[in-house]
Amino acid sequence: MTQAMLEITDLYKSFGGIAAINGVNLSVEQGEAHAIIGPNGAGKTTLIAQLSGEIMPDAGRITLQGRTITRLPMHARCHLGLARSFQITSIFREMTVLENVQLAVQAHQGNSFRFWRPARTDGALTGPALETVDAVGLGGRDGVLAANLSHGEQRQLEIAMALATGPRLLLLDEPMAGMGVEESARMVEILAGLKSEMTILLVEHDMDAVFALADRITVLVYGQPIATGTPQEIRGNDAVRAAYLGDED
Amino acid sequence: MDWGLFSAQFLNGLQLGVLLFLVAAGLTLVFGIMDFINLAHGSFIMIGAFICATLTEATGSFVVALLLAVPATFVVGLITERIVVRNLYLRDHLDHVLATYGLILIFNTATQLIWGPEGMVIPIPRWLDQPVDLIGGMQFPSYRIVIIAVGLALALGLYGVVNHTRLGMLIRAGASNREMVDAMGVDINKLFTIVFALGAAMAGLAGMLIAPISEASIGMGDQMIITAFVVIVIGGIGSIKAAFLGAMTVGMIDTLGRSYIDGILKLVMTGQNAETAAPALSSMLIYILMAVVLALRPQGLFPPKLS
Amino acid sequence: MTWAGLTVLLLLAIVPIWTEWADALFYRDLATRLIILAIAAVSLNLILGFGGMVSFGHAAFLGIGAYSVGIPAYYEVYSAYVQFPLAIGLSALFALVTGAISLRTRGVNFIMITMAFAQMVFFAFVSIEEYGGDDGLVIDVRSEFSGLFDIEDHVIFYYVCFAVLAASIYLVHRITRSRFGMVIEGAKLNERRMGAIGYPAYRYKLVCYVISGALCGLAGALLGNYEFFVSPSNIEWTKSGELIFMVVAGGTGHLFGPLFGVVSFLLIEEGLSRITIYWQILFGGLLVAFVLFAPGGIAGMLQRGERKS
Repeated sequence: MTQAMLEITDLYKSFGGIAAINGVNLSVEQGEAHAIIGPNGAGKTTLIAQLSGEIMPDAGRITLQGRTITRLPMHARCHLGLARSFQITSIFREMTVLENVQLAVQAHQGNSFRFWRPARTDGALTGPALETVDAVGLGGRDGVLAANLSHGEQRQLEIAMALATGPRLLLLDEPMAGMGVEESARMVEILAGLKSEMTILLVEHDMDAVFALADRITVLVYGQPIATGTPQEIRGNDAVRAAYLGDED
Repeated sequence: MDWGLFSAQFLNGLQLGVLLFLVAAGLTLVFGIMDFINLAHGSFIMIGAFICATLTEATGSFVVALLLAVPATFVVGLITERIVVRNLYLRDHLDHVLATYGLILIFNTATQLIWGPEGMVIPIPRWLDQPVDLIGGMQFPSYRIVIIAVGLALALGLYGVVNHTRLGMLIRAGASNREMVDAMGVDINKLFTIVFALGAAMAGLAGMLIAPISEASIGMGDQMIITAFVVIVIGGIGSIKAAFLGAMTVGMIDTLGRSYIDGILKLVMTGQNAETAAPALSSMLIYILMAVVLALRPQGLFPPKLS
Repeated sequence: MTWAGLTVLLLLAIVPIWTEWADALFYRDLATRLIILAIAAVSLNLILGFGGMVSFGHAAFLGIGAYSVGIPAYYEVYSAYVQFPLAIGLSALFALVTGAISLRTRGVNFIMITMAFAQMVFFAFVSIEEYGGDDGLVIDVRSEFSGLFDIEDHVIFYYVCFAVLAASIYLVHRITRSRFGMVIEGAKLNERRMGAIGYPAYRYKLVCYVISGALCGLAGALLGNYEFFVSPSNIEWTKSGELIFMVVAGGTGHLFGPLFGVVSFLLIEEGLSRITIYWQILFGGLLVAFVLFAPGGIAGMLQRGERKS
């Protein structure tokens, strides 16, 4: 029995007396693509925030490949192999696509206390960065200023930056957010291509994407998981239907 | 233990505290509600002092001058807000800093143009300045006690206004919920103007109260403003209560510190060294306190509770 | 902009020659002051323009640097090999300690705290009677670079300052393009993302702050030598404001921006003060107008792509 990639135990978080996360127990297996779905306000964003280290839980434990990361700062988790993308695109708008990804590559490589050699032409950064840019389908766009990309391309860049840090676990917060049908399909393709290389945990509203990508799905309602299973099992689950699927497209 | 010295310095600490409070209150309201950092707030201290000085000469009565000068300073604040400040609320803080720095230059030079480069003295009316006997046999000028009384009364009044009147409710609401204020049919711009002008008037009052002791001079408020910022950082941003408690803390530590630090230092070093180090260290005390607060409790010692 | 900047540097390089020839030594002295202020502005631009950290306390480093010359001189220690390392070292230390605390804050708090720390230094020096207190300290002998050159000679001093300026600009040029520079720029643009990709941005910003402080301390040591004098008025917060203006007016984030900013400031100061002794009111008015009417304000200028250098 291989160790789970991510193990969440008895997680609690409340804000001003209201429990946003109300006892979450979840484990994500190595190599799987696990989706978290749920109605608005279910606590998905809070969960991602605690997993990535932006906020600290009130109680509970989070382990990554057996290592406890519950209270580690964000940047430390990244070095342990956890990378995330943001729901609202969070890139370096005033830098080019390549520079964005180079920064992420550089973070992964360490060696940032270098003051003399120019970074932008550093082959050690450019090589891996270009590879990642290609992998997310932005090949050829590396010289474009991030602010000038289309929305879909920016979402691709989001993924690229998370990828460039060489993660073992990829946390994706609504990667399809704001995308049209074609762009979504393309993103699903890209993500499907990543499945073999790493574990993915994604939060999504786009059901087509979820059912296309996920090996397992957990449904979160009012801060608690009400069901976990394969897409088939979830589709057929009455409680889930009632709570959630009925409201969606 | 020299009780005479202690009680005198204690009162001095209170006096500094209330003056700092008058200045810091306006600053923290403006910052907490409009998110506007106003370096020129110290200029209102100076403007208030000079207006009061001129009116004292004109009317012959310090008290009458005070009662007229406070609304006058209120008006100056009003005009400043309407012409310059209100266009800056949506801007970045660096813009606030640079623009209000420009305002300081304008105010200082304008004051010099109107009143000349020399300071103005305000004679304290005899009936306000009687020596008062303290425990330990020391004598203390009653005027300083008047300052303390006025300051405390204002603090109480302000607390009452903020917590028990409609205006106060609007002020508190305006900080967290502009839409609600708008929905109530209240013009938020007017609210901001009033808050700003009120802060200016309070700062002016501080200047008027201190002027008889020192004098009304160009740039007199510019040093005090930074101490006021220290007060706000130590106390916590956005609440009158925090400004008051922070001001009292700073006033006490600064005053008592200066008196007793060489005594404390002499316990650990030679008299000669203590005497050299003491003035420097005592002037650094409140900044060291600020640094400690920032390091250990960055929201301030008495932060406003989030509603 | 780079070409214009290099031209200005070139012009500055020949100032001692033509002022000697034209017997206009006043301009050489003015240029010396310009160069020293430009070094300070370059140091501030590194953290403010490039790094987005608005320090309103940089005058403290000028003061520390100048007193590092003045106080040893008071004890008749004139060696530059004591004074200059002291200036740089103490400034770096001060930057390390105050930066460690200040950089835990954001935005306005950061501005106010840096201002407060500078005030602390100001009051510290005012209250030390031994070193002149409010009146300041006269420096009767310039730093002695024994075995190298004699900066009592005004021309030699000029070129020493010029060399430091050129070196500073080049140093900042390399730093901003390096890996370290990328981190600082990224932290300015999007600190949240920096954390998410694995950077403890705080550490890098602190190092940047220390470099900036140390360089400004060096400028301070030169300033003390230039004026043969040091006083707490070097550390008034209005001086920090002037430095910020110089950085911003010249265009933040550009390599030669600070140089142009200092030129603008001195031109304004000289020009306006010929119109009236009350020139500060005009300067203040200019400043307010600049902020009100520059599109997006000065912060807008800060955010716009500074890709030139």
